Amino acid sequence: MNEESRGRLGSNYQWVGKNTRRPDGVDKVTGRARYGDDMKLPGMLYGKILRSPHAHAKIVKLDTSKAEALKGVKAVVTGADIPDHEPAKPPYPPIINDFHDISRNVMAKDKVLYDGHAIAAVAATSEDIAKAALKLIEVEYEILPHVLDPKEAAEPGAPILHADQTTYESGSDAPSNLFRSSRGERGDLDAGFAEADVIVERDFSSEPIHQGYIEPMACVASVSEDGAVELWMTTQGHFVARQLLSKLLNIELAKLRVTASEIGGGFGGKTTVYQEPVAIRLAQKSGRPVRMAMTRSEAFRATGPTVGSRMTVKMGVKNDGTITAADAEIWYQAGAFKGAPIGRAADTFFSPYDIPNMRVAAHDVCSNRPKIAAYRAPGAPMACLGTEMVLNELAEKIGMDPVEIRLKNAVKEGDQSLMGTKHGRIGMIEVMEETKNHPHYAAPLGPNQGRGIAVGYWLHGGGLSSASVILQDDGTVNVATGNPDIGGSRSSMRAMAAEELGIDVELIKPIVGDTGQLPYSYQTAGSRTTYATGWAVVNAAREVIDKLRAIAAKKWDIPLEDVRWDAGQAIPTDNHTGIEPMSFKELAAMATKFGGAVAGHSEINAGGAGAAFSSQIVDVEVDPETGFVKPLRYTVIQDVGRAISPDYVEGQMQGAAVQGIGWALNEEYIYDDQARLLNTGFLDYRMPVASDVPMVDCVIVEVPNPNHPYGVRGVGEPCLVPAPAAVANAVENAIGKKMGSLPFNPPKVLKAIQAG
Amino acid sequence: MPKHNVTATINGDETDFTCRTDQTLLDVLRDVLYLTGTKNGCGTGDCGACTVIMNGRPVNSCLVLGAEVDGAEIETIEGMAKGNELHPLQQKFLDHAALQCGVCTPGILNMAKSFLEKNPDPTETEVRFALAGNLCRCTGYDKIIRAVMDAAAEMRENAR
Repeated sequence: MNEESRGRLGSNYQWVGKNTRRPDGVDKVTGRARYGDDMKLPGMLYGKILRSPHAHAKIVKLDTSKAEALKGVKAVVTGADIPDHEPAKPPYPPIINDFHDISRNVMAKDKVLYDGHAIAAVAATSEDIAKAALKLIEVEYEILPHVLDPKEAAEPGAPILHADQTTYESGSDAPSNLFRSSRGERGDLDAGFAEADVIVERDFSSEPIHQGYIEPMACVASVSEDGAVELWMTTQGHFVARQLLSKLLNIELAKLRVTASEIGGGFGGKTTVYQEPVAIRLAQKSGRPVRMAMTRSEAFRATGPTVGSRMTVKMGVKNDGTITAADAEIWYQAGAFKGAPIGRAADTFFSPYDIPNMRVAAHDVCSNRPKIAAYRAPGAPMACLGTEMVLNELAEKIGMDPVEIRLKNAVKEGDQSLMGTKHGRIGMIEVMEETKNHPHYAAPLGPNQGRGIAVGYWLHGGGLSSASVILQDDGTVNVATGNPDIGGSRSSMRAMAAEELGIDVELIKPIVGDTGQLPYSYQTAGSRTTYATGWAVVNAAREVIDKLRAIAAKKWDIPLEDVRWDAGQAIPTDNHTGIEPMSFKELAAMATKFGGAVAGHSEINAGGAGAAFSSQIVDVEVDPETGFVKPLRYTVIQDVGRAISPDYVEGQMQGAAVQGIGWALNEEYIYDDQARLLNTGFLDYRMPVASDVPMVDCVIVEVPNPNHPYGVRGVGEPCLVPAPAAVANAVENAIGKKMGSLPFNPPKVLKAIQAG
Repeated sequence: MPKHNVTATINGDETDFTCRTDQTLLDVLRDVLYLTGTKNGCGTGDCGACTVIMNGRPVNSCLVLGAEVDGAEIETIEGMAKGNELHPLQQKFLDHAALQCGVCTPGILNMAKSFLEKNPDPTETEVRFALAGNLCRCTGYDKIIRAVMDAAAEMRENAR
């Protein structure tokens, strides 16, 4: 734990807020932990997918007969084997699962829509044979014009990806790549800008960024003769995966058992299905288990990165720093199928600030790139980039400190976001005060160095979660939840259960249950797991306590309400003398004699999730001769509500900071003039390595969320929101020039330096 | 495709296996010997997740052919702990919370182990450059660097 966090966190809890050795740790440092591709089944076949080399083309001919005839090939699947579904109909929910699209993204039917789009698959007795079989599949394409840029794609006359897609809300029958827009407005924008002393309007762009999880997608599907399906997969949400697969492939939910492997990173990218439906179909056709594992190149070409963006942001302030008006329009690059996070744009552009007059428009535009997937706070880091860069320029123009301008306009309890979220107790002001007072903020800078700050907002998720707390008769406990553990959630589940039960964490073994063992749980996504699933664990633990109190009451022959629970013991109230308290362990041992084994269960739909803020201070040094940017110092300040496992909270903050560095300085998808992806490996898609980055200092701010039993707020996403903006602001500060197009790589920075 | 009979010492055990010419050491470890602790992150030598120690040197096992390791000594993550006793690096990774998803961890541990054998008293910068071939997307490297520095200190202490 970093020095700066130590000593700040205070509570009377025994386990909540304490660093303990993570329950999955030993297996992960010894190689025992089993990830997606570590499962081997008897008779297992190897599945491989043939992918389109073209960005946009009609499939004129697809002949798999030679592949089917190859010795060792046991099944072949094409788009015809993936059931088709009717397109989703309005009114559309914020997040659309359109099975018409999912079916086509899993495997193209008549057209390919991006370089890497799946068109056929084989399962063979070895990977070698499977690869050889792919080469025998004959495909003829009729190449169509493509479009990549989201603003161009939204223009009339752009190459159309989906002939049957029109612009929702437009009333027009004309096919369009613009699927829909989200708009939010408050106050009087013109009057607001008229009140301003200074107005800044700028354009920005950001490129799709891949989540960059180190473990590519992998799964093993097995289908029994009675039709029951078992699927082992790396996923952030096996219940959601099951839901999607069930609907897509017409398999009954209870007969589709999905087990989440250990997951080698996700960051939002592993929240949908890609090759899993294909693996199931290959297993159904061959009658054998089928393993599929993507290569890195497939991960880049065919799994969703986050959206790219083009945007214009305009803000006005008075000379005293009051923001009077703010206006933003953003075009999100959804990729081949609709689904850009437009709703979140309106919620995140200006939400750290209380602004009387504002407007946000966000557009969901298809183009010939892989369909986007979630990536930590989907849509928000781009919005934050525009706002935080414009706000810094405004502060500069009126001669105000950038932290002061943020404090002056800070959103607080009782304020309402543009999308209507009425804030309860939130920590924006506390976070900015910590930023202002942090020694990093006042530290001297050397030549060619610059400092940037930015603050980000994110409304974390709640939703459906389930948990079982199962008492064993030796006094140990299993805690089972339905959420894959990406960042250390098992530690947090264990800590909250231990706190409730009053027992040592080492007596608790947390596990991730499969879809047949627990009720539905939404994904490990939206920074929701410690919040919502943790809440379910607390409820389930309390049920165990109630059952143990009942046992004590029976044993002592006193009323239940006369038994209280404290520090892991059942204790009779003071009116019962001569009765010794009974420990958790004693009660566990006698449980079966009092009516059966003891467990607590909880299924909840957690509401009350709140807003979280993360502020970041970054120093960089720019080489004026090459434009190379070196991050020198990085501090993350974040309101986490309550840090259940502080080390893992810091881990989220530090990981986000470095992802933000990559996003701001290096990472982007690079296409050739035929819209073929050129950088399909980690050598050319350059994520930050250890020598690129400094230590990341963390300041954990705790403004407990009053809605949660332990005050938890979401942690994993808020810290990525301001990271690219903070780094970008630092670069502008170092070079004294304005830039707007991420990534700020050396050629672009050099060009900015040299421009007048 | 021709096949090769290979004998190598893997985690101290003499091990015979048969592999095709095009199978990498990574393929052999994972698919032939079922030593799945060695991870496949890219298959092109860019991520370091498959790092093992071959004749005392760290290698990307995806860039070594199975047939090349005849007569070699290979150390994988499965051989790092001695019985139930974790290697100081493994212990320090747990103490410092230096892993999240853990999929890069075996490769990083092997890389760090062989680095510290050559440079037992490194600076932070030296550790960062030694691990520059091992991608981690979760941690931002901070806690990994601290864990390696701390393990180095403990190993120096133990060696006294």
